Amino acid sequence: MDKFTTHTGTGLPLRRSNVDTDQIIPAVYLKRVTKSGFEDGLFAAWRNDPDFVLNQPEFRQATILVPGPDFGTGSSREHAVWALQNYGFKVVIGSRFGDIFRGNSGKAGLLIAVVTQDVVEQLWKLIETNPATEITVDLAERRILAGGEIDVIFDIDDYTRWRLLEGLDDIGLTLRRAEDIDAYEAGRPAFKPRTLPAHTAS
Amino acid sequence: MASTAGRTLSEKIWDAHVVPGAEGGAEGAGHGAPDLLYIDLHLVHEVTSPQAFDGLRQAGRPVRRPDLTLATEDHNTPTVDIDKPIADPVSRTQVETLRRNAEEFGIRIHSLGDLDQGIVHIIGPQLGLTQPGLTVVCGDSHTSTHGAFGAIAFGIGTSEVEHVLATQTLPQARPKTMAVNVTGELPAGVTAKDIVLALIAQVGTGGGQGHIVEYRGPAIEALSMEGRMTICNMSIEWGAKAGLIAPDETTFAYLEGRPHAPQGADWDAAVDYWRTLRTDDDAVFDREVELDASTLTPFVTWGTNPGQGVPLGSSVPNPDSFIDESDRVAATNALRYMGLEAGTPMRRIAVDTVFLGSCTNGRIEDLRAAADVIKGHQVADSVRMLVVPGSARVRLQAEAEGLDIVFKEAGAEWRAAGCSMCLGMNPDQLAPGERSASTSNRNFEGRQGKGGRTHLVSPLVAAATAVKGTLAAPADL
Ligand code: SF4
Repeated sequence: MDKFTTHTGTGLPLRRSNVDTDQIIPAVYLKRVTKSGFEDGLFAAWRNDPDFVLNQPEFRQATILVPGPDFGTGSSREHAVWALQNYGFKVVIGSRFGDIFRGNSGKAGLLIAVVTQDVVEQLWKLIETNPATEITVDLAERRILAGGEIDVIFDIDDYTRWRLLEGLDDIGLTLRRAEDIDAYEAGRPAFKPRTLPAHTAS
Repeated sequence: MASTAGRTLSEKIWDAHVVPGAEGGAEGAGHGAPDLLYIDLHLVHEVTSPQAFDGLRQAGRPVRRPDLTLATEDHNTPTVDIDKPIADPVSRTQVETLRRNAEEFGIRIHSLGDLDQGIVHIIGPQLGLTQPGLTVVCGDSHTSTHGAFGAIAFGIGTSEVEHVLATQTLPQARPKTMAVNVTGELPAGVTAKDIVLALIAQVGTGGGQGHIVEYRGPAIEALSMEGRMTICNMSIEWGAKAGLIAPDETTFAYLEGRPHAPQGADWDAAVDYWRTLRTDDDAVFDREVELDASTLTPFVTWGTNPGQGVPLGSSVPNPDSFIDESDRVAATNALRYMGLEAGTPMRRIAVDTVFLGSCTNGRIEDLRAAADVIKGHQVADSVRMLVVPGSARVRLQAEAEGLDIVFKEAGAEWRAAGCSMCLGMNPDQLAPGERSASTSNRNFEGRQGKGGRTHLVSPLVAAATAVKGTLAAPADL
């Protein structure tokens, strides 16, 4: 995974709450077996509407998504994160997120910056007034700077921040603990189920 | 004394699965490293796994514990002509990819046509693999279903699927704890589905975020395992990390004799352990929520998230009645999408399709309850009804009991097992503007097909609605 330190770009205001992962990418787009090419499915149902914010030319270059509360609830599909990344988003700034979506983002390198809904409202106003407003998200400082008007600290858990800053592979980190895992496994009770050998009803 | 306070059920299970030592090794220790949780059972399906297996291949990593892993095909498999190759080439590729990966990595798989194939959350319990005190994960948010057995069970993303395949563990921050106390006795004709729909309407779709929820109280203890699974299934619909129910005699009776249940001395040792899986009397939850089951009536949704629900006897709410600005906007958008007018009695809403199935309500008990209502009636001419058993064995059992005949004689379609119209990844979809009464768990925009409109209901309401053609309870027939 690439290291994430700071990102500067423009924002896309998505004035909707409860945007679940079915809206971010509908199920019919989930049939690929790769991690790329999901940008076509991003917000697919809304993309047909010429008024949808993603279709506005002034927001074409946006790399920072600013949705309403409870973004990414619902299905566990990591495709939602890939679709946002494939489209070009690097950061999502919002007040509340679905837990699985937030976890998936941290693994895949999409930065989720949590702020209060007041800050989201300020950002929306700023971006809508001037879509070219530069927003800087500084992970080391946990800081968001926008248009000379906003300067706030955002929330992210320490461990995800550290991994993103260092660009560390989660699996690699855990595999360093193979001995701990071996020791734990040795103490598991015998009655715990196993899928193999397979038993089925007679 | 706070320091000697007891532990909740979820804390006991969590603690028993933390691998001692610091995650990320010495390097990770100073960075707020989460617990490293050992995973007892990992369920895999075709949609969220291909990229995970690819990751393993690229890194040259094996699956650490194939014997704690089980795969099945459910999300995009067809429910007709299952003996023929899957018609949609992209779906077929995904299913074939899973089969190849299972073979390459030595994982047990139940493929389409196999007697143990079915929705991943139905076959785990059915095989007796889902047991009290386990940690269970799957790349699917409704993994919370397995919590009904007193397990910590939650959905994960594809990166985490890869992590579990490679290490049989997951780094996880310890969630907060919550109790949902369901008191009173459930009135006749009111089901587990109504409890959970009413609960979500009360607490909101974000109400459980960051918490593992324990459902408890007399109304929960009185439920069958099927009913408990229905409730735990929908934990994710109010944002909870997981939902669980303390195991008891009902749980043990369900498990005993199942193919993977412990046997002989192991069974005794297991039951002794399972009996300890209770929240201590002096344990303190971070939050508690109360619900009185005796006040409940059949519950249905009117909007586009599972929290937008009302009793069947009431009307589509007016968006202005919501205090919160974002709730008002959400309600306005939902009514527009659903093509509904505020003030319309729910019972006046006509549906085109009734879907009986899914991991929420696709078990044998659900089919029996619906068949009981439908027996001697006809599905309304204006309605198509799809009955999709949750697993191949549920289908066989239902056929052995003659339920398929009841449904077919009433004019419903009797299908093969899978997720089907719950998410519309296979050809079972709503057309744009089409309205359904569905026993599944999500009424999101487009969930059952682009432009489709979903009302979430219990199996009893689904069956009565199929007969009436408008949202209805069995008492209306
Ligand atoms: S039945 Fe529906 S909710 Fe359950 S696993 Fe399948 S798609 Fe997901």
